[in-house]
Amino acid sequence: MNNVILLLAGTLMHATPLLFAALGGVISESSGVMNIALEGVMTFGAFTGAAVAYASNSSWLGFFIAGLAGALLISLHAVASVTFRADQTISGTAINFLGPGLSLLLAKKLFNGSALSPTAPKLPILFPKNLTERWRGTPFENLNISVGVVIAFALVLLIWFLFYHTKWGLRILATGQHPAAVDTLGVNVYVMRYICVICSGMLAGFGGAFMSLSVTSSFSPSTVCGQGFIALAAVIFGKWTPHGVMLSCLLFGFAKECTTILGGEGTFIPPVLLEMFPYVLTILVLVLFVGKSSVPKANGVPYLRGAR
Amino acid sequence: MGTPDQENMAIQMVGIYKYFGPYCALENVNLDVKKGTMHAILGENGAGKSTLMNILYGMSKPDAGQIFINGKLLDIKHPKTAIENKIGMVHQHFMLVPTFTVAQNIMLGKELTNPFGILDFKKANRVIEELSEKYNLLIDTKKKIENMSVGMQQRVEILKALYREAEILILDEPTAVLTPQEVKDLMLTLKTLAQHGKTVVIITHKLNEIKQVCDFCTIIRRGKNINSVNVNDYSEQQLVSMMVGYDMDLKINKTKAIPKDVVFEIDNLTVLDDRGIKKVNNLSLKIRSGEIFGIAGVDDNGQRELVEAITSLKKVSSGTIKIKGLEIQNTTPQNVIASGIATIPEDRHKEGLVMNFSVTENLLLKKYKENPLSKHGRLNKQKINDFADSLIKKFDIRPPECKKRLVRKLSGGNQQKLIIAREVSEDPDLLVAVQPTRGLDVGAMEYVHRELLKQRDLGKAVLLISLDLNEIIDVADKIAVIYNGNIVKTFESAATNENEIGILMAGGGK
Repeated sequence: MNNVILLLAGTLMHATPLLFAALGGVISESSGVMNIALEGVMTFGAFTGAAVAYASNSSWLGFFIAGLAGALLISLHAVASVTFRADQTISGTAINFLGPGLSLLLAKKLFNGSALSPTAPKLPILFPKNLTERWRGTPFENLNISVGVVIAFALVLLIWFLFYHTKWGLRILATGQHPAAVDTLGVNVYVMRYICVICSGMLAGFGGAFMSLSVTSSFSPSTVCGQGFIALAAVIFGKWTPHGVMLSCLLFGFAKECTTILGGEGTFIPPVLLEMFPYVLTILVLVLFVGKSSVPKANGVPYLRGAR
Repeated sequence: MGTPDQENMAIQMVGIYKYFGPYCALENVNLDVKKGTMHAILGENGAGKSTLMNILYGMSKPDAGQIFINGKLLDIKHPKTAIENKIGMVHQHFMLVPTFTVAQNIMLGKELTNPFGILDFKKANRVIEELSEKYNLLIDTKKKIENMSVGMQQRVEILKALYREAEILILDEPTAVLTPQEVKDLMLTLKTLAQHGKTVVIITHKLNEIKQVCDFCTIIRRGKNINSVNVNDYSEQQLVSMMVGYDMDLKINKTKAIPKDVVFEIDNLTVLDDRGIKKVNNLSLKIRSGEIFGIAGVDDNGQRELVEAITSLKKVSSGTIKIKGLEIQNTTPQNVIASGIATIPEDRHKEGLVMNFSVTENLLLKKYKENPLSKHGRLNKQKINDFADSLIKKFDIRPPECKKRLVRKLSGGNQQKLIIAREVSEDPDLLVAVQPTRGLDVGAMEYVHRELLKQRDLGKAVLLISLDLNEIIDVADKIAVIYNGNIVKTFESAATNENEIGILMAGGGK
C-alpha cells in the first residue's frame, strides 16, 4: 500500500511540470501556432521562479513572475510567427536557445558567477503540518504533495471546459482549423493567436517554476533538461486535447518515477540506462501511436488575409 | 445624405481602384445594386469580380473609391463592419470548419451563450431550425461538416449569413462545384431569398444561370466596367461577347468522331486511398483511338485515384490497365510515359509545372534525356533553344519571347498551353486531360478544347476527366458517369443530356 501511494505521489509530481507546459502547447497549437519553444520557456521560467522566490523569500511570487517571464519570452515567438509569418520551427528553435542562454547569463550575473541559484523556498504542500503529524507512519504521509500539482490538474478541467463549452474555445479551435473562416466572421485571427501563444508561454513558465520550486528547490542549467520536448510529445500523443494531454503526461510522469524507484540501492539495471527510460518511451510513443488525423489543420501555417 | 435614388440602392460602389503592386486589378469600377433584386457580376477569370466583392466584404482594401450601403457612406475595413451592416458572403472556397458541427459553424463569431460565455446549443439549434424552415433550407444542425455533401455545405454557408441577419447576400461562383440538381435547388433558394426582400449578388461566368434568375447584370472585363444591363434585354450571345470583348461562338464546332481500335483498356480496377478506403471500385472502361472519352462526376468520386493509378503514382490493389495490350499497372511513371501516355494534370501549379523554372526548362522536363537535346548526360543548349522556340511558336505560348521567363509569371492560359505543348509533342497514344480548363478564361478554354479535338482527329485516344459537366457534354464523344469509384453508365454523347447525367452523378442510378 505504501509503495503504491509513493508511486502515485511521485508520478503526479513528475507529471505536473510536463502538464503545465503541455497544456500551454495545446492552447497555442489549437489556435494554429506551432510551439516547439516549450523547452526554452520552461528553462527561463525555472530560473526566474527560483531567482525571484529566493530574492523575495516568497515562492508564490516566484511562481507567478515565472509565468510572466514565460509570457514575455514567448511573445517574441508570437511576433515572429503571427505578425511576421516567420517559419515557426526556426523561431521556436531560436527561443529554445535563447531561454537557457539568458537564464545562464543572468544566473551567473546575479549569483556571483555560479550557474546554480541559492536554495529558494518551495511551493507550499497540500495539507497543513498538524494534519501530517497525525498521519506520520501511515501510507498517506506520502500523499501530501505540492499545491502546484492541484493547480495543474485543475487547469486541465478549466481548459477542457473552455475549449468545449465556451465561445472562446469555439473560436480558438476554429482558428487552428480554418483561420480564414474565423476572419470572415469578424473575429480577429491575429488577436486570437497572440492571446493563445502568450498563454502557452505563461503555462510553460509555470511548468519550469514548478521544477525549481517544488521538484527541486533551486535552479541549475539542467533543471528542465528536455522536459519541454517531452511535453511537446505529450501534446501530440494527447491528440491536442487537454484530457488526452493529461493522460499522456501521467504516463511520462510514471516513467520518470519508475527510474527513481528502480534506481534505488541494490538494483541490477545500470543507472544510465534507467535515466534514458522516459526519453526512449517518448520516442516509442511518437513512432507507434501518432496518427496525423487530429492535428489542427492550420497548425504552423501563418495566416494572411486574402491569400489563397 | 440620401437622395431618393440612393435610398433605393442596397449597394453603390463608386470609382473603386485596386492595385496589386504595379498591376491594376480594378480601375474606376462602379456598381449599383437595387434593393431586393438579383444582380449578377459577369466576367472572366481574373477580370476582378472576386476582388470587387472582397472589397465590399472588407477582406481587401480598395486604393480609392467609396462604398455606400443603403445610401450610407461606409469605410469597410474588416468583415466585421460588413456583417454589422448586414452583408453576408458565401465564398467560393467554403469558410467552414470541417471538424465542427453545423450549429458550431453557424454560431462561430456570434455565439449564443449564457451570461458566463457558456455555449447554449439548445437555443442555437432552435434558432437555426427556425431559419431553415423560414427559407426552406432543411439541415441537420448536429451533423459535422466533413460528412456533408458540397451542396449541403453551401446551404450551411447561406444559413450562416441569414443567422447574421444579412439583407445583402454575395455568392462567389456558387455553382462551380455543384451537380445540376444542386444548382436547381440553389436557384430555388435564391428566389426564396429574393421573395423575402433580400438583395442577392452572384459572381459568375455562367450565362444560363444569369438568364434564369437574375434581374440585372454588371459586366467586368480586365478590371474595368463594361456595361450594366437589364438581363432580359440581352441574349446569352450578347452577354458573352461583352464579357470576352469580341464576338465568340458559344458552341464548339465539333465534327463527328471516327473511332478506330481500342488502344486503352481498364479491367476491374480497384484502388485504395491512403486510409485504405476503396476509391476506385471495380472500374472498367475502353477507349478507342480517335475518340474523346469523357468522365463526368462530382468531385472525390475516385477521379483522382483513377488518374494516379493510370500514371503509376499510386499502387493498384487489383485489376489491370492496358495500353495497346501492354499491362502498365503498378509500374513507374517513367514506364507509363514511355508506353505512350501523356497527362495534363489537374493541378498545373503543383503537378504540371515547376513554377520557378523557365518556360524552356519546363518544356524540357520529359525530353531532357533524349538525343539530340542531350548527349552523354550533357545538355545541348543550342538544340534545346531551337526545340523551345518551335514549340512556343507552334502552340502560341505568349508572350512570344517568353523562353527564359519563369513559368510563374505566365498567365494561367499560357501555362496550360505550355503543358499541352510538352505533353502533345511526346506524340502519345493516349492523352489524359484532367480538369484541363480549370481556372482558365473563356478564350483559353476554347483553345484547350480545340486542341483536344485536334488530338482526337490525329487519331489519339483522349481521356477527359472534368467536374464541369458542360465541358464534358461539349467536347466528349462518349460520356461515362463515375460515382463512388465505379462507372455507372456510359453514353454516346449525342444520346444523352445534362439532366440524365446529373441524376447519375448524384448517385441516382442506383
